[in-house]
Amino acid sequence: MNFTLKVWRQASPKAKGEFKTYQVSNISPDTSFLEMLDILNNNLIHEGQDPVAFDHDCREGICGACSLFINGHAHGPDTLITTCQLHMRKFKDGETITIEPWRSAAFPVIKDLVVNRQAFDQILQSGGFISVNTGGVPDANAIPISKKDADESMDAAACIGCGACVATCKNGSAMLFVAARVSSLAKLPQGRIEAARRAKAMVAKMDELGFGACTNTGACEAECPKGISIAHIARLNREFLSAKFQD
Amino acid sequence: MSNNLFSSTIGRKLIMSISGLFLVLFLLFHMAMNMVAIFSLEAYNAVCHFLGTNWYALAGTMVLAAGFLFHIIYAFILTRHNLAARGKERYSEQKRSGNVSWASRNMFVIGVIIVLGLVMHLYHFWYKMQFAELVGKEIGGFAWADGAGYLTSVFANPVVVILYIVWFAAFWFHLTHGFWSAFHTIGWNNQVWLNRWKCIANIFATIIFLGFAAVVIAMYFKANCAACI
Repeated sequence: MNFTLKVWRQASPKAKGEFKTYQVSNISPDTSFLEMLDILNNNLIHEGQDPVAFDHDCREGICGACSLFINGHAHGPDTLITTCQLHMRKFKDGETITIEPWRSAAFPVIKDLVVNRQAFDQILQSGGFISVNTGGVPDANAIPISKKDADESMDAAACIGCGACVATCKNGSAMLFVAARVSSLAKLPQGRIEAARRAKAMVAKMDELGFGACTNTGACEAECPKGISIAHIARLNREFLSAKFQD
Repeated sequence: MSNNLFSSTIGRKLIMSISGLFLVLFLLFHMAMNMVAIFSLEAYNAVCHFLGTNWYALAGTMVLAAGFLFHIIYAFILTRHNLAARGKERYSEQKRSGNVSWASRNMFVIGVIIVLGLVMHLYHFWYKMQFAELVGKEIGGFAWADGAGYLTSVFANPVVVILYIVWFAAFWFHLTHGFWSAFHTIGWNNQVWLNRWKCIANIFATIIFLGFAAVVIAMYFKANCAACI
Protein backbone atom coordinates (compact mmCIF):
# COMPACT_ATOMS: atom_id res chain seq x y z
CA MET A 1 0.00 0.00 0.00
CA ASN A 2 1.09 3.59 -0.65
CA PHE A 3 0.21 6.61 1.45
CA THR A 4 0.70 10.36 1.47
CA LEU A 5 1.37 11.56 5.04
CA LYS A 6 0.64 15.09 6.19
CA VAL A 7 2.69 15.26 9.38
CA TRP A 8 2.92 18.09 11.93
CA ARG A 9 6.58 19.09 12.31
CA GLN A 10 7.64 21.40 15.12
CA ALA A 11 11.31 21.67 16.09
CA SER A 12 10.78 22.73 19.72
CA PRO A 13 8.02 23.83 22.14
CA LYS A 14 8.43 27.49 21.18
CA ALA A 15 9.05 26.98 17.45
CA LYS A 16 6.29 27.56 14.95
CA GLY A 17 5.09 24.24 13.58
CA GLU A 18 3.80 23.35 10.14
CA PHE A 19 2.56 20.37 8.15
CA LYS A 20 5.08 18.56 5.94
CA THR A 21 4.06 16.03 3.34
CA TYR A 22 5.84 12.69 2.95
CA GLN A 23 5.28 9.65 0.76
CA VAL A 24 5.57 6.08 2.01
CA SER A 25 5.30 3.18 -0.39
CA ASN A 26 5.17 -0.59 -0.38
CA ILE A 27 3.56 -0.77 3.07
CA SER A 28 2.01 -4.12 4.05
CA PRO A 29 -1.66 -3.88 5.12
CA ASP A 30 -0.67 -5.71 8.32
CA THR A 31 1.85 -3.02 9.31
CA SER A 32 0.83 -1.19 12.45
CA PHE A 33 0.53 2.57 12.26
CA LEU A 34 3.64 3.05 14.39
CA GLU A 35 5.61 0.57 12.28
CA MET A 36 4.59 2.59 9.23
CA LEU A 37 6.02 5.68 10.98
CA ASP A 38 9.19 3.68 11.75
CA ILE A 39 9.50 2.96 8.02
CA LEU A 40 9.00 6.66 7.27
CA ASN A 41 11.68 7.58 9.84
CA ASN A 42 14.07 5.00 8.42
CA ASN A 43 13.63 6.61 5.00
CA LEU A 44 14.13 10.09 6.48
CA ILE A 45 17.31 9.05 8.30
CA HIS A 46 18.71 7.54 5.08
CA GLU A 47 17.93 10.80 3.31
CA GLY A 48 19.76 12.70 6.05
CA GLN A 49 16.60 14.35 7.38
CA ASP A 50 15.40 14.72 10.96
CA PRO A 51 13.08 11.78 11.80
CA VAL A 52 9.55 12.47 13.04
CA ALA A 53 9.37 12.39 16.85
CA PHE A 54 6.41 10.44 18.25
CA ASP A 55 5.66 8.77 21.59
CA HIS A 56 5.46 4.99 21.88
CA ASP A 57 6.43 2.31 24.36
CA CYS A 58 4.73 -1.07 24.88
CA ARG A 59 3.08 -1.25 21.45
CA GLU A 60 0.41 -3.56 22.82
CA GLY A 61 -2.19 -1.02 23.89
CA ILE A 62 -1.64 -0.95 27.63
CA CYS A 63 0.99 1.68 28.41
CA GLY A 64 -0.78 4.79 27.14
CA ALA A 65 2.37 6.27 25.62
CA CYS A 66 1.30 6.43 21.99
CA SER A 67 -0.93 9.29 21.03
CA LEU A 68 -1.50 10.98 17.63
CA PHE A 69 -4.57 12.62 16.16
CA ILE A 70 -5.03 10.73 12.89
CA ASN A 71 -7.48 11.89 10.22
CA GLY A 72 -9.53 13.82 12.76
CA HIS A 73 -9.68 11.16 15.48
CA ALA A 74 -7.57 10.48 18.58
CA HIS A 75 -5.75 7.15 17.99
CA GLY A 76 -7.11 7.11 14.43
CA PRO A 77 -10.39 6.12 12.83
CA ASP A 78 -10.83 2.73 14.53
CA THR A 79 -12.56 2.53 17.93
CA LEU A 80 -11.44 1.06 21.27
CA ILE A 81 -7.79 0.84 20.28
CA THR A 82 -4.61 2.83 20.73
CA THR A 83 -2.50 4.04 17.81
CA CYS A 84 -0.08 1.10 18.19
CA GLN A 85 -3.04 -1.29 17.68
CA LEU A 86 -4.14 0.51 14.51
CA HIS A 87 -3.22 -1.22 11.27
CA MET A 88 -2.75 0.20 7.82
CA ARG A 89 -5.52 -2.07 6.44
CA LYS A 90 -7.93 0.41 8.06
CA PHE A 91 -6.89 2.97 5.42
CA LYS A 92 -7.44 3.04 1.67
CA ASP A 93 -4.50 2.51 -0.65
CA GLY A 94 -3.24 5.91 -1.83
CA GLU A 95 -5.03 7.75 0.98
CA THR A 96 -3.69 11.01 2.40
CA ILE A 97 -3.36 10.64 6.18
CA THR A 98 -3.20 13.71 8.43
CA ILE A 99 -1.17 13.18 11.60
CA GLU A 100 -1.27 15.81 14.35
CA PRO A 101 -0.15 15.90 17.97
CA TRP A 102 -2.69 16.02 20.84
CA ARG A 103 -3.74 19.63 21.05
CA SER A 104 -4.76 21.22 24.33
CA ALA A 105 -3.39 24.05 26.44
CA ALA A 106 -2.41 21.60 29.20
CA PHE A 107 -0.51 19.32 26.77
CA PRO A 108 2.09 21.56 25.08
CA VAL A 109 4.00 20.14 22.10
CA ILE A 110 7.59 19.16 22.94
CA LYS A 111 8.61 18.19 19.43
CA ASP A 112 6.70 17.18 16.28
CA LEU A 113 4.03 14.74 17.51
CA VAL A 114 5.26 14.43 21.11
CA VAL A 115 3.33 16.36 23.74
CA ASN A 116 4.06 16.89 27.42
CA ARG A 117 1.49 14.90 29.41
CA GLN A 118 3.10 15.47 32.82
CA ALA A 119 -0.07 17.28 33.86
CA PHE A 120 -1.69 13.84 34.20
CA ASP A 121 1.15 12.72 36.49
CA GLN A 122 0.66 15.81 38.61
CA ILE A 123 -3.06 15.10 38.94
CA LEU A 124 -2.27 11.52 40.00
CA GLN A 125 0.31 12.69 42.51
CA SER A 126 -2.29 14.99 44.06
CA GLY A 127 -4.52 12.10 45.12
CA GLY A 128 -4.72 9.17 42.73
CA PHE A 129 -3.44 6.65 45.25
CA ILE A 130 -4.29 4.90 48.51
CA SER A 131 -2.12 5.30 51.59
CA VAL A 132 -0.98 1.88 52.82
CA ASN A 133 1.22 1.18 55.82
CA THR A 134 4.00 -1.26 55.01
CA GLY A 135 3.74 -4.69 56.60
CA GLY A 136 2.94 -8.24 55.70
CA VAL A 137 1.04 -9.15 52.58
CA PRO A 138 -2.69 -9.16 53.47
CA ASP A 139 -4.74 -12.28 52.85
CA ALA A 140 -6.48 -12.39 49.51
CA ASN A 141 -10.24 -11.86 49.89
CA ALA A 142 -9.81 -10.63 53.47
CA ILE A 143 -12.02 -7.70 52.52
CA PRO A 144 -15.20 -8.84 50.79
CA ILE A 145 -16.03 -6.77 47.69
CA SER A 146 -19.18 -7.36 45.65
CA LYS A 147 -18.73 -8.48 42.06
CA LYS A 148 -20.65 -5.42 40.81
CA ASP A 149 -18.39 -2.97 42.66
CA ALA A 150 -15.25 -4.83 41.65
CA ASP A 151 -16.37 -4.80 38.01
CA GLU A 152 -17.14 -1.09 38.03
CA SER A 153 -13.84 -0.35 39.71
CA MET A 154 -11.93 -2.42 37.18
CA ASP A 155 -13.77 -0.83 34.25
CA ALA A 156 -12.56 2.57 35.47
CA ALA A 157 -9.09 1.23 36.27
CA ALA A 158 -8.73 0.27 32.59
CA CYS A 159 -7.72 3.91 31.96
CA ILE A 160 -4.18 3.99 30.57
CA GLY A 161 -3.79 7.75 30.92
CA CYS A 162 -3.10 8.31 27.23
CA GLY A 163 -4.89 11.67 27.10
CA ALA A 164 -7.20 10.91 24.16
CA CYS A 165 -10.08 12.32 26.23
CA VAL A 166 -8.36 15.69 26.64
CA ALA A 167 -7.21 15.68 23.02
CA THR A 168 -10.74 15.03 21.77
CA CYS A 169 -12.72 17.21 24.17
CA LYS A 170 -13.74 20.54 22.68
CA ASN A 171 -13.01 22.02 26.12
CA GLY A 172 -9.67 20.28 26.66
CA SER A 173 -11.20 18.76 29.79
CA ALA A 174 -9.52 15.99 31.77
CA MET A 175 -12.74 14.97 33.51
CA LEU A 176 -12.86 11.44 32.07
CA PHE A 177 -9.30 10.74 33.21
CA VAL A 178 -9.87 12.16 36.69
CA ALA A 179 -13.26 10.43 36.90
CA ALA A 180 -11.72 7.06 35.98
CA ARG A 181 -9.10 7.41 38.72
CA VAL A 182 -11.51 8.66 41.38
CA SER A 183 -14.14 6.08 40.43
CA SER A 184 -11.85 3.06 40.38
CA LEU A 185 -10.68 3.80 43.93
CA ALA A 186 -14.00 5.05 45.30
CA LYS A 187 -15.73 1.77 44.47
CA LEU A 188 -13.31 -0.25 46.65
CA PRO A 189 -13.21 -0.27 50.48
CA GLN A 190 -9.45 0.41 50.43
CA GLY A 191 -9.94 3.54 48.38
CA ARG A 192 -13.15 4.66 50.10
CA ILE A 193 -11.27 5.91 53.19
CA GLU A 194 -9.57 8.76 51.32
CA ALA A 195 -12.33 9.24 48.71
CA ALA A 196 -13.41 12.74 49.78
CA ARG A 197 -9.89 14.11 50.10
CA ARG A 198 -8.91 12.48 46.79
CA ALA A 199 -11.82 13.92 44.80
CA LYS A 200 -11.15 17.43 46.11
CA ALA A 201 -7.40 17.29 45.59
CA MET A 202 -7.53 15.83 42.08
CA VAL A 203 -10.20 18.27 40.85
CA ALA A 204 -8.29 21.21 42.36
CA LYS A 205 -5.10 20.08 40.59
CA MET A 206 -6.98 19.52 37.32
CA ASP A 207 -8.38 23.08 37.48
CA GLU A 208 -5.02 24.54 38.48
CA LEU A 209 -3.29 22.94 35.47
CA GLY A 210 -5.69 24.64 33.06
CA PHE A 211 -7.89 21.77 31.90
CA GLY A 212 -11.37 22.78 30.77
CA ALA A 213 -14.76 22.11 32.34
CA CYS A 214 -16.87 19.18 31.17
CA THR A 215 -19.90 19.89 28.99
CA ASN A 216 -21.00 16.24 28.83
CA THR A 217 -20.67 15.88 25.06
CA GLY A 218 -19.44 12.30 25.47
CA ALA A 219 -16.75 12.69 22.78
CA CYS A 220 -14.14 11.46 25.29
CA GLU A 221 -15.96 8.17 25.82
CA ALA A 222 -16.32 7.65 22.05
CA GLU A 223 -12.57 8.17 21.48
CA CYS A 224 -11.28 6.47 24.65
CA PRO A 225 -9.24 3.40 23.64
CA LYS A 226 -10.57 1.64 26.75
CA GLY A 227 -14.19 2.77 26.28
CA ILE A 228 -14.44 4.31 29.74
CA SER A 229 -17.99 5.50 30.32
CA ILE A 230 -18.88 9.10 31.13
CA ALA A 231 -21.07 7.60 33.87
CA HIS A 232 -17.84 7.74 35.89
CA ILE A 233 -17.91 11.53 35.43
CA ALA A 234 -21.29 11.58 37.18
CA ARG A 235 -19.70 9.65 40.05
CA LEU A 236 -16.79 12.12 40.18
CA ASN A 237 -19.29 15.01 40.33
CA ARG A 238 -21.14 13.21 43.13
CA GLU A 239 -17.95 12.45 45.05
CA PHE A 240 -16.60 15.96 44.64
CA LEU A 241 -19.82 17.82 45.48
CA SER A 242 -20.63 15.69 48.53
CA ALA A 243 -17.02 16.09 49.73
CA LYS A 244 -17.27 19.86 49.31
CA PHE A 245 -20.63 20.08 51.08
CA GLN A 246 -19.22 18.14 54.03
CA ASP A 247 -16.50 20.77 54.51
CA MET B 1 -6.43 27.59 44.10
CA SER B 2 -9.06 28.75 46.51
CA ASN B 3 -10.97 26.20 48.50
CA ASN B 4 -14.32 27.71 47.53
CA LEU B 5 -16.72 25.32 45.78
CA PHE B 6 -17.69 27.92 43.20
CA SER B 7 -14.14 28.59 42.12
CA SER B 8 -13.86 24.98 40.93
CA THR B 9 -15.01 23.97 37.46
CA ILE B 10 -17.45 21.41 38.88
CA GLY B 11 -18.86 24.00 41.32
CA ARG B 12 -19.39 26.45 38.48
CA LYS B 13 -21.09 23.76 36.47
CA LEU B 14 -23.33 23.09 39.46
CA ILE B 15 -24.50 26.69 39.17
CA MET B 16 -25.25 26.07 35.46
CA SER B 17 -27.07 22.90 36.38
CA ILE B 18 -29.22 24.28 39.21
CA SER B 19 -30.05 27.53 37.39
CA GLY B 20 -30.80 25.49 34.26
CA LEU B 21 -33.19 23.20 36.13
CA PHE B 22 -34.85 26.25 37.69
CA LEU B 23 -35.38 27.69 34.19
CA VAL B 24 -36.71 24.32 33.04
CA LEU B 25 -39.32 24.46 35.81
CA PHE B 26 -40.18 27.99 34.76
CA LEU B 27 -40.61 26.84 31.12
CA LEU B 28 -43.12 24.22 32.25
CA PHE B 29 -45.06 26.81 34.22
CA HIS B 30 -44.87 29.30 31.35
CA MET B 31 -46.05 26.69 28.85
CA ALA B 32 -49.02 25.72 31.02
CA MET B 33 -49.96 29.37 31.39
CA ASN B 34 -49.73 30.00 27.63
CA MET B 35 -51.81 26.98 26.75
CA VAL B 36 -54.72 28.48 28.63
CA ALA B 37 -55.04 30.89 25.69
CA ILE B 38 -55.78 28.04 23.29
CA PHE B 39 -58.84 27.03 25.29
CA SER B 40 -60.15 30.36 26.56
CA LEU B 41 -59.01 33.92 25.98
CA GLU B 42 -60.99 35.06 29.06
CA ALA B 43 -59.09 32.60 31.21
CA TYR B 44 -55.86 33.90 29.67
CA ASN B 45 -56.83 37.40 30.70
CA ALA B 46 -57.38 36.14 34.24
CA VAL B 47 -53.83 34.71 34.17
CA CYS B 48 -52.53 38.08 32.89
CA HIS B 49 -54.30 39.82 35.73
CA PHE B 50 -52.91 37.36 38.26
CA LEU B 51 -49.34 37.93 36.94
CA GLY B 52 -49.59 41.68 36.38
CA THR B 53 -48.03 44.12 38.80
CA ASN B 54 -48.81 42.28 42.04
CA TRP B 55 -45.95 42.18 44.47
CA TYR B 56 -45.62 38.40 44.10
CA ALA B 57 -45.53 38.61 40.30
CA LEU B 58 -42.84 41.29 40.47
CA ALA B 59 -40.84 39.32 43.05
CA GLY B 60 -41.19 36.23 40.84
CA THR B 61 -39.95 38.21 37.84
CA MET B 62 -36.88 39.32 39.82
CA VAL B 63 -36.06 35.76 40.91
CA LEU B 64 -36.54 34.56 37.35
CA ALA B 65 -34.27 37.29 35.99
CA ALA B 66 -31.65 36.27 38.56
CA GLY B 67 -31.94 32.66 37.34
CA PHE B 68 -31.34 33.77 33.75
CA LEU B 69 -28.46 36.04 34.76
CA PHE B 70 -26.66 33.29 36.70
CA HIS B 71 -27.11 30.85 33.83
CA ILE B 72 -25.87 33.34 31.22
CA ILE B 73 -22.99 34.80 33.22
CA TYR B 74 -21.64 31.38 34.17
CA ALA B 75 -22.04 30.23 30.56
CA PHE B 76 -19.67 33.04 29.58
CA ILE B 77 -17.22 32.29 32.41
CA LEU B 78 -17.09 28.55 31.64
CA THR B 79 -16.96 28.96 27.87
CA ARG B 80 -14.08 31.41 28.17
CA HIS B 81 -12.23 28.99 30.47
CA ASN B 82 -12.90 26.10 28.07
CA LEU B 83 -11.68 27.99 25.02
CA ALA B 84 -8.45 28.79 26.87
CA ALA B 85 -8.08 25.13 27.84
CA ARG B 86 -8.49 24.03 24.22
CA GLY B 87 -5.38 26.08 23.41
CA LYS B 88 -4.37 28.35 20.59
CA GLU B 89 -3.40 25.65 18.11
CA ARG B 90 -6.43 23.92 16.62
CA TYR B 91 -6.65 20.63 14.76
CA SER B 92 -6.53 21.01 11.00
CA GLU B 93 -8.99 18.17 10.87
CA GLN B 94 -11.37 16.92 13.55
CA LYS B 95 -14.22 14.54 12.84
CA ARG B 96 -17.34 13.82 14.87
CA SER B 97 -16.68 11.31 17.64
CA GLY B 98 -19.19 8.47 17.92
CA ASN B 99 -22.75 9.68 18.32
CA VAL B 100 -21.92 13.01 19.98
CA SER B 101 -24.96 15.23 19.49
CA TRP B 102 -24.71 18.51 17.60
CA ALA B 103 -26.53 20.29 20.44
CA SER B 104 -24.00 19.16 23.05
CA ARG B 105 -21.15 20.72 21.07
CA ASN B 106 -22.98 23.99 20.43
CA MET B 107 -24.75 24.80 23.70
CA PHE B 108 -23.19 28.25 23.90
CA VAL B 109 -24.12 29.22 20.34
CA ILE B 110 -27.66 27.91 20.83
CA GLY B 111 -27.74 29.87 24.09
CA VAL B 112 -26.83 33.07 22.25
CA ILE B 113 -29.71 32.45 19.80
CA ILE B 114 -32.03 31.90 22.78
CA VAL B 115 -30.89 35.18 24.38
CA LEU B 116 -31.49 37.05 21.10
CA GLY B 117 -34.98 35.55 20.96
CA LEU B 118 -35.42 36.47 24.60
CA VAL B 119 -34.75 40.14 23.79
CA MET B 120 -37.52 39.99 21.19
CA HIS B 121 -39.80 38.17 23.62
CA LEU B 122 -39.19 40.59 26.48
CA TYR B 123 -39.94 43.49 24.14
CA HIS B 124 -43.23 41.89 23.04
CA PHE B 125 -44.51 40.50 26.30
CA TRP B 126 -42.71 42.18 29.18
CA TYR B 127 -41.96 45.74 28.06
CA LYS B 128 -45.41 46.07 26.49
CA MET B 129 -47.26 44.19 29.23
CA GLN B 130 -45.90 44.07 32.79
CA PHE B 131 -43.58 47.04 32.33
CA ALA B 132 -46.32 49.07 30.60
CA GLU B 133 -48.68 48.43 33.48
CA LEU B 134 -45.94 49.26 35.96
CA VAL B 135 -45.25 52.70 34.45
CA GLY B 136 -48.94 53.24 33.76
CA LYS B 137 -48.80 53.44 29.96
CA GLU B 138 -50.72 51.49 27.38
CA ILE B 139 -47.67 50.70 25.26
CA GLY B 140 -49.19 47.85 23.29
CA GLY B 141 -52.31 49.79 22.32
CA PHE B 142 -54.53 47.45 24.31
CA ALA B 143 -56.03 47.88 27.77
CA TRP B 144 -54.04 46.02 30.44
CA ALA B 145 -57.07 43.88 31.14
CA ASP B 146 -57.02 42.62 27.54
CA GLY B 147 -53.78 40.61 27.48
CA ALA B 148 -55.41 38.11 25.14
CA GLY B 149 -56.29 40.81 22.63
CA TYR B 150 -52.69 41.95 22.61
CA LEU B 151 -51.42 38.37 22.36
CA THR B 152 -53.47 37.58 19.26
CA SER B 153 -52.52 40.91 17.67
CA VAL B 154 -48.77 40.11 18.03
CA PHE B 155 -49.12 36.64 16.51
CA ALA B 156 -51.37 37.87 13.70
CA ASN B 157 -48.08 38.60 11.91
CA PRO B 158 -46.72 35.42 10.24
CA VAL B 159 -43.12 36.71 10.44
CA VAL B 160 -43.41 36.92 14.24
CA VAL B 161 -44.88 33.40 14.29
CA ILE B 162 -41.93 32.03 12.30
CA LEU B 163 -39.38 33.90 14.46
CA TYR B 164 -40.93 32.42 17.60
CA ILE B 165 -40.97 28.89 16.16
CA VAL B 166 -37.29 29.19 15.22
CA TRP B 167 -36.68 30.38 18.77
CA PHE B 168 -38.55 27.36 20.19
CA ALA B 169 -36.44 25.10 17.97
CA ALA B 170 -33.32 26.59 19.60
CA PHE B 171 -34.89 25.71 22.97
CA TRP B 172 -35.48 22.17 21.72
CA PHE B 173 -31.78 21.71 20.90
CA HIS B 174 -30.68 23.37 24.14
CA LEU B 175 -32.98 21.20 26.24
CA THR B 176 -32.17 17.88 24.55
CA HIS B 177 -28.65 18.25 25.92
CA GLY B 178 -29.13 20.59 28.87
CA PHE B 179 -31.86 18.63 30.63
CA TRP B 180 -30.00 15.33 31.10
CA SER B 181 -26.65 17.12 31.40
CA ALA B 182 -27.95 19.02 34.45
CA PHE B 183 -28.62 15.77 36.31
CA HIS B 184 -25.27 14.38 35.20
CA THR B 185 -23.46 17.41 36.63
CA ILE B 186 -25.21 17.06 39.98
CA GLY B 187 -23.98 13.48 39.94
CA TRP B 188 -27.41 11.95 39.70
CA ASN B 189 -26.57 9.54 36.90
CA ASN B 190 -25.03 6.16 36.20
CA GLN B 191 -24.52 3.69 33.36
CA VAL B 192 -28.19 2.67 33.37
CA TRP B 193 -29.72 6.11 33.78
CA LEU B 194 -27.46 7.74 31.19
CA ASN B 195 -29.64 6.57 28.30
CA ARG B 196 -32.85 6.98 30.30
CA TRP B 197 -32.08 10.62 31.07
CA LYS B 198 -31.20 11.26 27.41
CA CYS B 199 -34.53 9.75 26.37
CA ILE B 200 -36.43 11.76 28.99
CA ALA B 201 -34.61 14.91 27.82
CA ASN B 202 -35.69 14.34 24.21
CA ILE B 203 -39.31 13.77 25.26
CA PHE B 204 -39.27 16.80 27.55
CA ALA B 205 -37.73 19.09 24.90
CA THR B 206 -40.31 17.93 22.37
CA ILE B 207 -43.21 18.55 24.78
CA ILE B 208 -41.90 22.07 25.48
CA PHE B 209 -41.45 22.78 21.76
CA LEU B 210 -44.91 21.52 20.80
CA GLY B 211 -46.62 23.22 23.75
CA PHE B 212 -45.21 26.65 22.98
CA ALA B 213 -45.52 26.31 19.20
CA ALA B 214 -49.16 25.22 19.50
CA VAL B 215 -50.08 28.45 21.30
CA VAL B 216 -48.32 30.67 18.77
CA ILE B 217 -49.96 28.86 15.84
CA ALA B 218 -53.36 28.89 17.56
CA MET B 219 -53.10 32.65 18.12
CA TYR B 220 -52.17 33.15 14.46
CA PHE B 221 -55.35 31.34 13.40
CA LYS B 222 -57.49 33.11 16.00
CA ALA B 223 -56.32 36.43 14.56
CA ASN B 224 -56.46 35.58 10.86
CA CYS B 225 -59.16 32.96 10.53
CA ALA B 226 -61.78 33.11 13.24
CA ALA B 227 -63.67 30.21 11.68
CA CYS B 228 -60.66 27.88 11.84
CA ILE B 229 -60.39 27.63 15.60
